[in-house]
Amino acid sequence: MALTPEDVAKLAALARIDLTGEELQHLAPQLEGILEAVASVQQVADADIPPTSHALPLTNVFRPDEVRPSLPREDVLAGAPAAEEDRFRVPRILGEEA
Amino acid sequence: MSAAVMDYDEALAAFDPVMGLEVHVELSTASKMFCGCSTAFGAPPNTQTCPVCLGLPGALPVVNRTAVESAIRIGLALNCSIAEWCRFARKNYFYPDMPKNYQISQYDEPIAFDGWVEVDVDGEPFRIEIERAHMEEDTGKSLHVGGSTGRIHGASHSLLDYNRSGVPLIEIVTKPITGAGARAPEVARAYVAHLRDLLRALGVSDVRMEQGSLRCDANVSLRPDPAAPLGTRTETKNVNSLRSVERALRYEITRQAALLREGTPVTQETRHWHEDTGTTTAGRSKETAEDYRYFPEPDLVPVAPSREWVEELRATLPEQPHLRRKRLLAEWGYTELEMRDVVSSGALELIEQTVAAGCAPQAARKWWVGELARRANETGSELDALPISPAQVAQLQQLVEAGTINDKLARQVIEGVLAGEGEPAEVVESRGLAVVSDDDALGAAVDAAIAANPDVAEKIRGGKVQAAGALIGAVMKQMRGQADAARVRELILARLG
Repeated sequence: MALTPEDVAKLAALARIDLTGEELQHLAPQLEGILEAVASVQQVADADIPPTSHALPLTNVFRPDEVRPSLPREDVLAGAPAAEEDRFRVPRILGEEA
Repeated sequence: MSAAVMDYDEALAAFDPVMGLEVHVELSTASKMFCGCSTAFGAPPNTQTCPVCLGLPGALPVVNRTAVESAIRIGLALNCSIAEWCRFARKNYFYPDMPKNYQISQYDEPIAFDGWVEVDVDGEPFRIEIERAHMEEDTGKSLHVGGSTGRIHGASHSLLDYNRSGVPLIEIVTKPITGAGARAPEVARAYVAHLRDLLRALGVSDVRMEQGSLRCDANVSLRPDPAAPLGTRTETKNVNSLRSVERALRYEITRQAALLREGTPVTQETRHWHEDTGTTTAGRSKETAEDYRYFPEPDLVPVAPSREWVEELRATLPEQPHLRRKRLLAEWGYTELEMRDVVSSGALELIEQTVAAGCAPQAARKWWVGELARRANETGSELDALPISPAQVAQLQQLVEAGTINDKLARQVIEGVLAGEGEPAEVVESRGLAVVSDDDALGAAVDAAIAANPDVAEKIRGGKVQAAGALIGAVMKQMRGQADAARVRELILARLG
Protein backbone atom coordinates (compact mmCIF):
# COMPACT_ATOMS: atom_id res chain seq x y z
CA MET A 1 0.00 0.00 0.00
CA ALA A 2 1.51 3.31 -1.06
CA LEU A 3 0.88 6.20 1.32
CA THR A 4 1.37 9.55 -0.37
CA PRO A 5 2.32 12.77 1.40
CA GLU A 6 -1.21 13.94 0.41
CA ASP A 7 -2.77 11.07 2.42
CA VAL A 8 -0.66 12.04 5.40
CA ALA A 9 -1.60 15.69 4.96
CA LYS A 10 -5.28 14.76 5.11
CA LEU A 11 -4.80 12.66 8.25
CA ALA A 12 -2.82 15.47 9.82
CA ALA A 13 -5.59 17.96 9.04
CA LEU A 14 -8.22 15.64 10.60
CA ALA A 15 -6.05 15.29 13.70
CA ARG A 16 -5.35 19.04 13.75
CA ILE A 17 -1.58 18.53 13.48
CA ASP A 18 0.25 21.19 11.54
CA LEU A 19 2.98 19.50 9.46
CA THR A 20 5.46 21.06 7.01
CA GLY A 21 5.99 19.60 3.54
CA GLU A 22 9.31 18.23 4.73
CA GLU A 23 7.69 16.46 7.66
CA LEU A 24 5.03 14.98 5.37
CA GLN A 25 7.74 13.55 3.12
CA HIS A 26 9.49 12.16 6.17
CA LEU A 27 6.37 10.65 7.81
CA ALA A 28 4.71 9.06 4.77
CA PRO A 29 7.20 6.16 4.48
CA GLN A 30 7.21 5.69 8.26
CA LEU A 31 3.43 5.31 8.38
CA GLU A 32 3.65 2.99 5.42
CA GLY A 33 6.04 0.82 7.37
CA ILE A 34 3.48 0.58 10.19
CA LEU A 35 0.75 -0.40 7.74
CA GLU A 36 2.98 -3.10 6.28
CA ALA A 37 3.59 -4.51 9.74
CA VAL A 38 -0.18 -4.66 10.36
CA ALA A 39 -0.69 -6.26 6.95
CA SER A 40 1.64 -9.10 7.89
CA VAL A 41 -0.51 -9.79 10.96
CA GLN A 42 -3.58 -9.81 8.74
CA GLN A 43 -2.03 -12.58 6.65
CA VAL A 44 -2.10 -14.84 9.69
CA ALA A 45 -5.60 -13.80 10.74
CA ASP A 46 -7.89 -16.11 8.82
CA ALA A 47 -11.67 -15.89 8.61
CA ASP A 48 -12.01 -18.25 11.59
CA ILE A 49 -10.12 -15.88 13.90
CA PRO A 50 -12.41 -13.16 15.24
CA PRO A 51 -10.86 -9.70 15.38
CA THR A 52 -9.96 -8.65 18.91
CA SER A 53 -10.91 -5.21 20.19
CA HIS A 54 -10.60 -5.89 23.90
CA ALA A 55 -8.01 -7.80 25.86
CA LEU A 56 -10.51 -8.98 28.51
CA PRO A 57 -13.18 -11.57 27.72
CA LEU A 58 -15.89 -9.52 29.42
CA THR A 59 -19.31 -8.30 28.31
CA ASN A 60 -22.17 -6.38 29.95
CA VAL A 61 -20.31 -4.32 32.50
CA PHE A 62 -22.96 -1.91 33.71
CA ARG A 63 -23.59 0.54 36.52
CA PRO A 64 -27.00 1.23 38.08
CA ASP A 65 -28.76 4.43 37.01
CA GLU A 66 -27.88 6.41 40.13
CA VAL A 67 -26.87 10.04 40.40
CA ARG A 68 -23.50 10.67 42.01
CA PRO A 69 -22.08 14.03 43.01
CA SER A 70 -20.59 16.11 40.20
CA LEU A 71 -17.45 18.21 40.52
CA PRO A 72 -17.74 21.71 42.02
CA ARG A 73 -17.97 24.22 39.21
CA GLU A 74 -14.86 26.13 40.36
CA ASP A 75 -12.83 22.95 39.95
CA VAL A 76 -14.38 22.26 36.56
CA LEU A 77 -13.65 25.74 35.21
CA ALA A 78 -10.17 25.75 36.76
CA GLY A 79 -9.23 23.35 33.98
CA ALA A 80 -10.60 25.57 31.24
CA PRO A 81 -8.20 27.65 29.14
CA ALA A 82 -10.59 30.57 29.75
CA ALA A 83 -14.02 30.92 31.34
CA GLU A 84 -16.86 33.42 31.01
CA GLU A 85 -20.39 33.39 32.46
CA ASP A 86 -19.64 30.05 34.20
CA ARG A 87 -18.89 28.48 30.83
CA PHE A 88 -15.78 27.34 28.96
CA ARG A 89 -14.67 30.07 26.62
CA VAL A 90 -13.32 28.93 23.25
CA PRO A 91 -12.14 30.84 20.16
CA ARG A 92 -14.78 31.43 17.54
CA ILE A 93 -15.75 28.35 15.61
CA LEU A 94 -15.35 28.62 11.87
CA GLY A 95 -16.90 26.62 9.11
CA GLU A 96 -20.19 25.68 10.65
CA GLU A 97 -23.46 27.15 11.76
CA ALA A 98 -24.91 25.65 14.90
CA MET B 1 -30.04 36.13 0.27
CA SER B 2 -32.84 33.62 0.16
CA ALA B 3 -32.26 31.18 -2.68
CA ALA B 4 -34.68 30.71 -5.55
CA VAL B 5 -37.35 28.12 -4.94
CA MET B 6 -39.78 26.37 -7.23
CA ASP B 7 -43.51 26.24 -6.62
CA TYR B 8 -44.18 23.10 -4.53
CA ASP B 9 -46.70 21.49 -6.87
CA GLU B 10 -44.46 22.18 -9.83
CA ALA B 11 -41.47 20.68 -7.99
CA LEU B 12 -43.43 17.53 -7.20
CA ALA B 13 -44.64 17.22 -10.77
CA ALA B 14 -41.02 17.24 -11.97
CA PHE B 15 -39.27 15.28 -9.21
CA ASP B 16 -39.68 12.34 -6.85
CA PRO B 17 -38.48 13.08 -3.29
CA VAL B 18 -36.66 10.48 -1.19
CA MET B 19 -36.25 11.15 2.53
CA GLY B 20 -34.14 9.76 5.33
CA LEU B 21 -34.95 10.78 8.88
CA GLU B 22 -32.59 10.70 11.84
CA VAL B 23 -34.28 11.22 15.16
CA HIS B 24 -32.27 11.75 18.33
CA VAL B 25 -34.01 10.96 21.59
CA GLU B 26 -32.61 11.98 24.94
CA LEU B 27 -33.39 9.27 27.46
CA SER B 28 -34.96 10.29 30.75
CA THR B 29 -32.53 8.34 32.92
CA ALA B 30 -31.54 9.96 36.20
CA SER B 31 -27.81 9.82 35.42
CA LYS B 32 -25.70 10.17 32.28
CA MET B 33 -24.78 7.42 29.83
CA PHE B 34 -21.29 6.74 31.14
CA CYS B 35 -21.08 8.52 34.51
CA GLY B 36 -23.19 9.37 37.56
CA CYS B 37 -23.78 13.06 36.76
CA SER B 38 -27.40 14.17 36.85
CA THR B 39 -29.27 14.69 33.58
CA ALA B 40 -31.78 17.19 35.01
CA PHE B 41 -32.68 19.89 32.49
CA GLY B 42 -32.11 23.56 33.28
CA ALA B 43 -29.37 23.34 35.95
CA PRO B 44 -26.84 26.21 36.18
CA PRO B 45 -24.06 25.78 33.56
CA ASN B 46 -21.29 23.25 34.22
CA THR B 47 -22.70 22.05 37.55
CA GLN B 48 -23.41 18.51 36.27
CA THR B 49 -20.02 17.42 35.04
CA CYS B 50 -17.24 15.12 36.23
CA PRO B 51 -13.92 13.76 34.96
CA VAL B 52 -15.71 11.22 32.72
CA CYS B 53 -18.01 13.61 30.83
CA LEU B 54 -15.32 16.28 30.72
CA GLY B 55 -12.91 13.81 29.17
CA LEU B 56 -10.22 14.35 31.78
CA PRO B 57 -7.17 12.08 31.45
CA GLY B 58 -7.55 8.69 33.09
CA ALA B 59 -11.31 8.87 33.57
CA LEU B 60 -13.12 5.69 32.58
CA PRO B 61 -16.72 5.42 31.37
CA VAL B 62 -19.14 2.73 32.64
CA VAL B 63 -22.40 2.03 30.82
CA ASN B 64 -25.73 2.95 32.44
CA ARG B 65 -27.77 -0.25 32.62
CA THR B 66 -31.12 1.54 32.44
CA ALA B 67 -30.04 3.32 29.26
CA VAL B 68 -29.28 -0.03 27.62
CA GLU B 69 -32.67 -1.35 28.72
CA SER B 70 -34.37 1.71 27.24
CA ALA B 71 -32.44 1.25 23.99
CA ILE B 72 -33.55 -2.38 23.75
CA ARG B 73 -37.17 -1.50 24.54
CA ILE B 74 -37.12 1.22 21.89
CA GLY B 75 -35.65 -1.25 19.41
CA LEU B 76 -38.35 -3.80 20.19
CA ALA B 77 -41.11 -1.20 19.92
CA LEU B 78 -39.75 -0.35 16.46
CA ASN B 79 -39.98 -4.03 15.48
CA CYS B 80 -36.18 -4.25 15.28
CA SER B 81 -33.88 -7.20 15.80
CA ILE B 82 -31.73 -6.79 18.90
CA ALA B 83 -28.01 -7.42 18.49
CA GLU B 84 -26.68 -10.46 20.32
CA TRP B 85 -23.33 -8.73 20.67
CA CYS B 86 -22.37 -5.15 19.89
CA ARG B 87 -19.75 -2.58 20.74
CA PHE B 88 -19.44 1.11 21.25
CA ALA B 89 -17.22 3.09 18.90
CA ARG B 90 -15.35 6.36 19.01
CA LYS B 91 -16.42 8.97 16.51
CA ASN B 92 -13.45 11.31 16.27
CA TYR B 93 -13.91 14.96 15.50
CA PHE B 94 -12.62 18.26 16.78
CA TYR B 95 -15.41 20.50 17.92
CA PRO B 96 -15.70 22.12 21.33
CA ASP B 97 -19.15 20.61 22.05
CA MET B 98 -17.29 17.41 23.05
CA PRO B 99 -14.34 17.98 25.38
CA LYS B 100 -12.91 14.52 24.63
CA ASN B 101 -12.54 15.27 20.89
CA TYR B 102 -14.62 12.20 20.24
CA GLN B 103 -18.15 11.10 20.88
CA ILE B 104 -18.87 7.59 22.15
CA SER B 105 -21.40 6.17 19.72
CA GLN B 106 -22.05 2.94 17.87
CA TYR B 107 -20.89 2.44 14.32
CA ASP B 108 -21.36 -0.80 12.41
CA GLU B 109 -22.84 -2.71 15.36
CA PRO B 110 -26.00 -0.90 16.49
CA ILE B 111 -27.95 -2.40 19.39
CA ALA B 112 -31.14 -2.54 17.25
CA PHE B 113 -31.58 -2.90 13.48
CA ASP B 114 -33.97 -3.79 10.65
CA GLY B 115 -37.31 -2.64 12.03
CA TRP B 116 -40.41 -0.88 10.77
CA VAL B 117 -43.26 1.30 11.90
CA GLU B 118 -46.61 1.97 10.36
CA VAL B 119 -47.65 5.59 10.69
CA ASP B 120 -50.99 7.21 10.07
CA VAL B 121 -50.96 9.85 7.33
CA ASP B 122 -54.40 11.45 7.10
CA GLY B 123 -56.09 8.21 8.00
CA GLU B 124 -54.02 6.04 5.67
CA PRO B 125 -51.28 3.73 6.89
CA PHE B 126 -47.74 4.35 5.59
CA ARG B 127 -44.96 1.90 6.38
CA ILE B 128 -41.51 3.24 7.19
CA GLU B 129 -38.53 0.91 7.38
CA ILE B 130 -36.09 1.45 10.24
CA GLU B 131 -32.43 0.96 9.44
CA ARG B 132 -31.11 1.05 12.99
CA ALA B 133 -31.35 2.49 16.48
CA HIS B 134 -28.05 2.97 18.27
CA MET B 135 -26.78 4.28 21.59
CA GLU B 136 -24.59 7.33 21.96
CA GLU B 137 -23.99 10.34 24.19
CA ASP B 138 -25.26 13.88 23.76
CA THR B 139 -22.91 16.83 23.29
CA GLY B 140 -22.51 20.04 25.30
CA LYS B 141 -24.36 23.25 24.49
CA SER B 142 -22.66 26.18 22.76
CA LEU B 143 -23.52 29.82 23.13
CA HIS B 144 -22.09 32.09 20.45
CA VAL B 145 -21.09 35.53 21.62
CA GLY B 146 -20.65 38.70 19.61
CA GLY B 147 -22.76 37.73 16.59
CA SER B 148 -25.91 39.73 16.05
CA THR B 149 -28.28 36.79 16.27
CA GLY B 150 -26.58 34.34 18.64
CA ARG B 151 -25.44 32.28 15.67
CA ILE B 152 -21.88 31.33 14.80
CA HIS B 153 -21.77 33.69 11.88
CA GLY B 154 -20.03 36.86 13.04
CA ALA B 155 -19.44 35.57 16.58
CA SER B 156 -16.25 36.62 18.35
CA HIS B 157 -16.07 33.55 20.57
CA SER B 158 -18.21 30.74 21.98
CA LEU B 159 -19.12 29.59 25.49
CA LEU B 160 -19.63 25.96 26.41
CA ASP B 161 -21.86 24.33 29.01
CA TYR B 162 -21.13 20.60 29.40
CA ASN B 163 -24.15 19.68 31.54
CA ARG B 164 -25.71 17.96 28.52
CA SER B 165 -22.52 16.26 27.43
CA GLY B 166 -22.87 12.55 28.11
CA VAL B 167 -26.66 12.47 28.46
CA PRO B 168 -27.84 9.16 26.94
CA LEU B 169 -29.08 9.48 23.41
CA ILE B 170 -30.69 7.01 21.04
CA GLU B 171 -30.41 7.78 17.36
CA ILE B 172 -33.13 6.22 15.23
CA VAL B 173 -32.39 6.12 11.51
CA THR B 174 -34.86 5.23 8.76
CA LYS B 175 -34.06 3.50 5.50
CA PRO B 176 -34.67 5.74 2.48
CA ILE B 177 -38.37 6.63 2.48
CA THR B 178 -39.69 6.31 -1.05
CA GLY B 179 -43.17 6.40 -2.53
CA ALA B 180 -44.42 9.31 -0.43
CA GLY B 181 -44.52 11.69 -3.42
CA ALA B 182 -46.12 15.03 -2.70
CA ARG B 183 -47.06 13.85 0.79
CA ALA B 184 -43.38 13.45 1.78
CA PRO B 185 -43.36 16.37 4.27
CA GLU B 186 -46.61 15.12 5.87
CA VAL B 187 -45.23 11.58 6.07
CA ALA B 188 -42.13 12.92 7.84
CA ARG B 189 -44.26 14.85 10.31
CA ALA B 190 -46.50 11.85 10.93
CA TYR B 191 -43.43 9.68 11.51
CA VAL B 192 -41.92 12.03 14.09
CA ALA B 193 -45.32 12.37 15.81
CA HIS B 194 -45.62 8.57 15.82
CA LEU B 195 -42.17 8.22 17.41
CA ARG B 196 -43.05 10.87 19.98
CA ASP B 197 -46.21 8.98 21.00
CA LEU B 198 -44.43 5.65 21.01
CA LEU B 199 -41.50 6.92 23.12
CA ARG B 200 -43.84 8.64 25.52
CA ALA B 201 -45.85 5.44 25.92
CA LEU B 202 -42.59 3.57 26.58
CA GLY B 203 -41.76 6.11 29.29
CA VAL B 204 -38.13 6.34 28.15
CA SER B 205 -37.98 10.06 27.31
CA ASP B 206 -39.69 13.37 27.98
CA VAL B 207 -39.90 13.73 24.17
CA ARG B 208 -40.08 17.52 24.38
CA MET B 209 -39.05 18.92 21.04
CA GLU B 210 -38.91 22.47 22.39
CA GLN B 211 -36.40 21.37 25.07
CA GLY B 212 -34.41 19.34 22.58
CA SER B 213 -35.12 15.93 24.08
CA LEU B 214 -36.48 14.87 20.66
CA ARG B 215 -34.63 16.23 17.63
CA CYS B 216 -34.98 15.46 13.96
CA ASP B 217 -32.42 15.75 11.16
CA ALA B 218 -34.16 15.52 7.82
CA ASN B 219 -32.32 14.22 4.76
CA VAL B 220 -33.94 14.67 1.38
CA SER B 221 -32.93 14.24 -2.22
CA LEU B 222 -34.77 14.53 -5.51
CA ARG B 223 -34.69 12.33 -8.60
CA PRO B 224 -36.49 12.77 -11.91
CA ASP B 225 -38.66 9.67 -11.40
CA PRO B 226 -38.98 6.71 -9.03
CA ALA B 227 -36.90 4.49 -11.33
CA ALA B 228 -33.90 6.85 -11.36
CA PRO B 229 -30.93 6.44 -9.01
CA LEU B 230 -30.98 8.49 -5.79
CA GLY B 231 -30.02 12.13 -6.15
CA THR B 232 -27.59 14.09 -3.96
CA ARG B 233 -29.05 14.69 -0.51
CA THR B 234 -28.86 17.46 2.01
CA GLU B 235 -29.30 17.05 5.76
CA THR B 236 -31.34 19.75 7.49
CA LYS B 237 -30.70 20.27 11.19
CA ASN B 238 -32.26 22.46 13.88
CA VAL B 239 -35.75 21.19 13.12
CA ASN B 240 -37.37 21.57 16.52
CA SER B 241 -41.10 21.05 16.15
CA LEU B 242 -43.48 18.83 14.22
CA ARG B 243 -44.55 21.78 12.16
CA SER B 244 -40.90 22.60 11.34
CA VAL B 245 -40.29 19.04 10.14
CA GLU B 246 -42.99 19.51 7.54
CA ARG B 247 -42.04 23.08 6.61
CA ALA B 248 -38.30 22.43 6.41
CA LEU B 249 -38.76 19.48 4.06
CA ARG B 250 -41.21 21.37 1.93
CA TYR B 251 -38.77 24.26 1.62
CA GLU B 252 -35.78 22.02 0.91
CA ILE B 253 -37.69 20.18 -1.83
CA THR B 254 -38.59 23.45 -3.56
CA ARG B 255 -35.00 24.75 -3.21
CA GLN B 256 -33.40 21.63 -4.64
CA ALA B 257 -35.96 21.52 -7.46
CA ALA B 258 -35.07 25.08 -8.48
CA LEU B 259 -31.35 24.19 -8.56
CA LEU B 260 -31.86 21.01 -10.56
CA ARG B 261 -34.19 22.74 -13.00
CA GLU B 262 -31.50 25.25 -13.89
CA GLY B 263 -28.89 22.51 -14.18
CA THR B 264 -27.00 23.30 -10.95
CA PRO B 265 -26.07 20.17 -8.99
CA VAL B 266 -27.21 19.95 -5.36
CA THR B 267 -24.26 20.12 -2.95
CA GLN B 268 -24.14 17.37 -0.34
CA GLU B 269 -24.06 19.38 2.88
CA THR B 270 -25.58 20.03 6.25
CA ARG B 271 -28.15 22.82 6.18
CA HIS B 272 -29.72 24.75 9.02
CA TRP B 273 -33.42 25.42 9.33
CA HIS B 274 -34.45 28.92 10.35
CA GLU B 275 -37.87 28.96 11.96
CA ASP B 276 -38.25 32.75 11.57
CA THR B 277 -37.61 32.96 7.83
CA GLY B 278 -38.85 29.49 6.92
CA THR B 279 -35.67 28.77 4.96
CA THR B 280 -32.49 26.69 5.23
CA THR B 281 -28.92 27.90 4.86
CA ALA B 282 -25.74 25.98 4.11
CA GLY B 283 -23.57 24.69 6.94
CA ARG B 284 -20.40 22.68 6.67
CA SER B 285 -19.88 20.29 3.77
CA LYS B 286 -20.61 16.91 5.17
CA GLU B 287 -17.70 14.87 6.44
CA THR B 288 -17.53 11.35 5.11
CA ALA B 289 -17.74 8.48 7.56
CA GLU B 290 -14.01 7.78 7.00
CA ASP B 291 -13.18 11.26 8.25
CA TYR B 292 -14.58 10.33 11.65
CA ARG B 293 -12.05 7.47 11.92
CA TYR B 294 -14.43 5.27 13.92
CA PHE B 295 -12.81 2.52 15.96
CA PRO B 296 -14.07 0.23 18.74
CA GLU B 297 -14.16 2.06 22.08
CA PRO B 298 -11.33 0.45 24.07
CA ASP B 299 -12.65 1.70 27.43
CA LEU B 300 -15.98 -0.14 27.19
CA VAL B 301 -16.51 -3.86 26.86
CA PRO B 302 -19.13 -5.20 24.41
CA VAL B 303 -22.83 -5.31 25.24
CA ALA B 304 -24.28 -8.79 24.74
CA PRO B 305 -27.93 -8.83 25.79
CA SER B 306 -29.07 -12.38 26.56
CA ARG B 307 -32.24 -13.48 24.79
CA GLU B 308 -33.85 -13.96 28.22
CA TRP B 309 -33.17 -10.33 29.08
CA VAL B 310 -34.56 -9.18 25.72
CA GLU B 311 -37.75 -11.22 26.27
CA GLU B 312 -38.12 -9.82 29.80
CA LEU B 313 -37.93 -6.33 28.32
CA ARG B 314 -40.36 -7.23 25.54
CA ALA B 315 -42.89 -8.15 28.21
CA THR B 316 -42.73 -4.58 29.54
CA LEU B 317 -43.71 -2.97 26.22
CA PRO B 318 -46.91 -0.92 26.32
CA GLU B 319 -49.72 -1.35 23.83
CA GLN B 320 -48.61 -0.10 20.40
CA PRO B 321 -50.13 3.32 19.66
CA HIS B 322 -51.99 2.20 16.54
CA LEU B 323 -53.51 -0.79 18.32
CA ARG B 324 -54.44 1.43 21.23
CA ARG B 325 -56.19 3.82 18.85
CA LYS B 326 -58.13 0.92 17.36
CA ARG B 327 -59.20 -0.30 20.79
CA LEU B 328 -60.25 3.17 21.98
CA LEU B 329 -62.15 3.79 18.74
CA ALA B 330 -64.26 0.73 19.50
CA GLU B 331 -64.63 1.50 23.20
CA TRP B 332 -65.64 5.10 22.67
CA GLY B 333 -67.83 4.55 19.62
CA TYR B 334 -66.17 7.30 17.61
CA THR B 335 -66.21 7.42 13.84
CA GLU B 336 -62.90 7.09 11.95
CA LEU B 337 -63.10 10.78 11.12
CA GLU B 338 -63.68 11.79 14.74
CA MET B 339 -60.75 9.63 15.84
CA ARG B 340 -58.50 11.21 13.21
CA ASP B 341 -59.36 14.69 14.50
CA VAL B 342 -58.68 13.56 18.04
CA VAL B 343 -55.26 12.15 17.14
CA SER B 344 -54.21 15.07 14.97
CA SER B 345 -55.14 17.59 17.64
CA GLY B 346 -53.11 15.65 20.20
CA ALA B 347 -56.16 14.97 22.40
CA LEU B 348 -56.09 11.18 22.64
CA GLU B 349 -54.48 10.88 26.04
CA LEU B 350 -56.38 13.87 27.41
CA ILE B 351 -59.68 12.32 26.38
CA GLU B 352 -58.66 8.97 27.81
CA GLN B 353 -57.98 10.64 31.17
CA THR B 354 -61.19 12.67 30.96
CA VAL B 355 -63.20 9.52 30.31
CA ALA B 356 -61.40 7.83 33.21
CA ALA B 357 -62.54 10.76 35.38
CA GLY B 358 -66.15 9.84 34.61
CA CYS B 359 -66.98 11.85 31.48
CA ALA B 360 -68.88 10.41 28.51
CA PRO B 361 -66.49 9.83 25.53
CA GLN B 362 -68.47 12.03 23.12
CA ALA B 363 -68.65 14.91 25.59
CA ALA B 364 -64.93 14.61 26.33
CA ARG B 365 -64.20 14.71 22.61
CA LYS B 366 -66.45 17.72 22.11
CA TRP B 367 -64.62 19.81 24.72
CA TRP B 368 -61.05 18.86 23.82
CA VAL B 369 -61.32 18.92 20.03
CA GLY B 370 -63.75 21.86 20.02
CA GLU B 371 -63.52 24.73 22.48
CA LEU B 372 -60.21 23.76 24.08
CA ALA B 373 -58.42 23.06 20.76
CA ARG B 374 -59.65 26.44 19.56
CA ARG B 375 -58.20 28.18 22.60
CA ALA B 376 -54.90 26.29 22.31
CA ASN B 377 -54.72 27.41 18.68
CA GLU B 378 -55.39 31.01 19.62
CA THR B 379 -52.58 31.07 22.16
CA GLY B 380 -50.25 28.96 20.01
CA SER B 381 -49.81 26.36 22.73
CA GLU B 382 -50.10 22.58 22.69
CA LEU B 383 -53.41 21.18 23.91
CA ASP B 384 -51.78 19.39 26.84
CA ALA B 385 -50.09 22.62 27.93
CA LEU B 386 -53.43 24.38 28.58
CA PRO B 387 -53.89 25.04 32.31
CA ILE B 388 -56.97 22.82 32.56
CA SER B 389 -56.88 19.17 33.61
CA PRO B 390 -58.89 16.21 32.29
CA ALA B 391 -60.50 15.97 35.74
CA GLN B 392 -61.65 19.60 35.45
CA VAL B 393 -63.15 18.95 32.03
CA ALA B 394 -65.01 15.95 33.45
CA GLN B 395 -66.29 18.16 36.27
CA LEU B 396 -67.41 20.78 33.76
CA GLN B 397 -69.42 18.17 31.87
CA GLN B 398 -71.02 17.00 35.13
CA LEU B 399 -72.18 20.56 35.74
CA VAL B 400 -73.71 20.63 32.24
CA GLU B 401 -75.45 17.29 32.74
CA ALA B 402 -76.78 18.34 36.14
CA GLY B 403 -78.33 21.37 34.44
CA THR B 404 -76.29 23.79 36.55
CA ILE B 405 -74.85 25.34 33.39
CA ASN B 406 -75.52 25.02 29.68
CA ASP B 407 -72.92 24.68 26.90
CA LYS B 408 -72.73 28.40 26.37
CA LEU B 409 -72.07 29.12 30.03
CA ALA B 410 -69.63 26.22 30.10
CA ARG B 411 -67.43 28.12 27.66
CA GLN B 412 -67.27 30.99 30.14
CA VAL B 413 -66.40 28.51 32.87
CA ILE B 414 -63.53 27.23 30.71
CA GLU B 415 -62.35 30.77 30.30
CA GLY B 416 -62.34 31.17 34.09
CA VAL B 417 -60.48 27.91 34.70
CA LEU B 418 -57.86 28.83 32.09
CA ALA B 419 -57.49 32.23 33.77
CA GLY B 420 -56.65 30.47 37.03
CA GLU B 421 -59.91 31.24 38.81
CA GLY B 422 -60.13 27.75 40.30
CA GLU B 423 -62.17 24.60 39.78
CA PRO B 424 -65.20 24.73 37.41
CA ALA B 425 -67.68 24.78 40.32
CA GLU B 426 -65.81 27.69 41.88
CA VAL B 427 -65.88 29.64 38.63
CA VAL B 428 -69.65 29.07 38.32
CA GLU B 429 -70.03 30.39 41.85
CA SER B 430 -67.69 33.37 41.62
CA ARG B 431 -68.84 34.49 38.18
CA GLY B 432 -72.52 33.82 38.95
CA LEU B 433 -72.90 31.63 35.88
CA ALA B 434 -75.48 29.08 37.05
CA VAL B 435 -78.53 28.55 34.88
CA VAL B 436 -81.75 30.04 36.27
CA SER B 437 -84.55 27.46 36.44
CA ASP B 438 -86.51 29.22 39.16
CA ASP B 439 -90.11 29.58 37.87
CA ASP B 440 -90.69 33.02 39.36
CA ALA B 441 -87.66 34.58 37.68
CA LEU B 442 -88.26 32.72 34.42
CA GLY B 443 -92.00 33.40 34.44
CA ALA B 444 -91.46 37.14 34.57
CA ALA B 445 -89.06 36.96 31.63
CA VAL B 446 -91.48 34.74 29.66
CA ASP B 447 -94.35 37.17 30.25
CA ALA B 448 -92.18 40.06 29.08
CA ALA B 449 -91.18 38.16 25.92
CA ILE B 450 -94.81 37.35 25.09
CA ALA B 451 -95.81 40.95 25.60
CA ALA B 452 -92.99 42.16 23.35
CA ASN B 453 -93.78 39.68 20.55
CA PRO B 454 -97.58 39.49 20.23
CA ASP B 455 -97.51 38.16 16.66
CA VAL B 456 -95.26 35.25 17.62
CA ALA B 457 -97.47 34.51 20.60
CA GLU B 458 -100.49 34.46 18.29
CA LYS B 459 -98.85 31.89 16.01
CA ILE B 460 -98.15 29.60 18.96
CA ARG B 461 -101.72 29.95 20.18
CA GLY B 462 -102.78 28.96 16.67
CA GLY B 463 -100.82 25.69 17.05
CA LYS B 464 -97.45 26.64 15.49
CA VAL B 465 -95.42 25.27 18.37
CA GLN B 466 -92.07 25.58 16.58
CA ALA B 467 -92.43 29.37 16.72
CA ALA B 468 -91.65 29.05 20.45
CA GLY B 469 -87.97 29.15 19.51
CA ALA B 470 -88.15 32.89 18.86
CA LEU B 471 -89.59 33.50 22.34
CA ILE B 472 -87.02 31.21 23.99
CA GLY B 473 -84.34 33.25 22.24
CA ALA B 474 -85.82 36.47 23.58
CA VAL B 475 -85.89 35.10 27.13
CA MET B 476 -82.30 33.87 26.81
CA LYS B 477 -81.17 37.27 25.64
CA GLN B 478 -82.94 38.97 28.50
CA MET B 479 -81.33 36.58 31.01
CA ARG B 480 -77.88 36.81 29.44
CA GLY B 481 -77.92 33.16 28.40
CA GLN B 482 -78.44 31.87 31.90
CA ALA B 483 -82.01 30.58 31.52
CA ASP B 484 -82.84 26.88 31.57
CA ALA B 485 -84.03 26.58 27.97
CA ALA B 486 -86.14 23.44 28.50
CA ARG B 487 -88.00 24.99 31.42
CA VAL B 488 -88.56 28.22 29.47
CA ARG B 489 -90.14 26.24 26.66
CA GLU B 490 -92.48 24.48 29.09
CA LEU B 491 -93.51 27.79 30.61
CA ILE B 492 -94.21 29.36 27.18
CA LEU B 493 -96.33 26.43 26.05
CA ALA B 494 -98.19 26.36 29.38
CA ARG B 495 -99.15 29.99 28.88
CA LEU B 496 -100.01 29.82 25.16
CA GLY B 497 -100.91 26.18 24.52
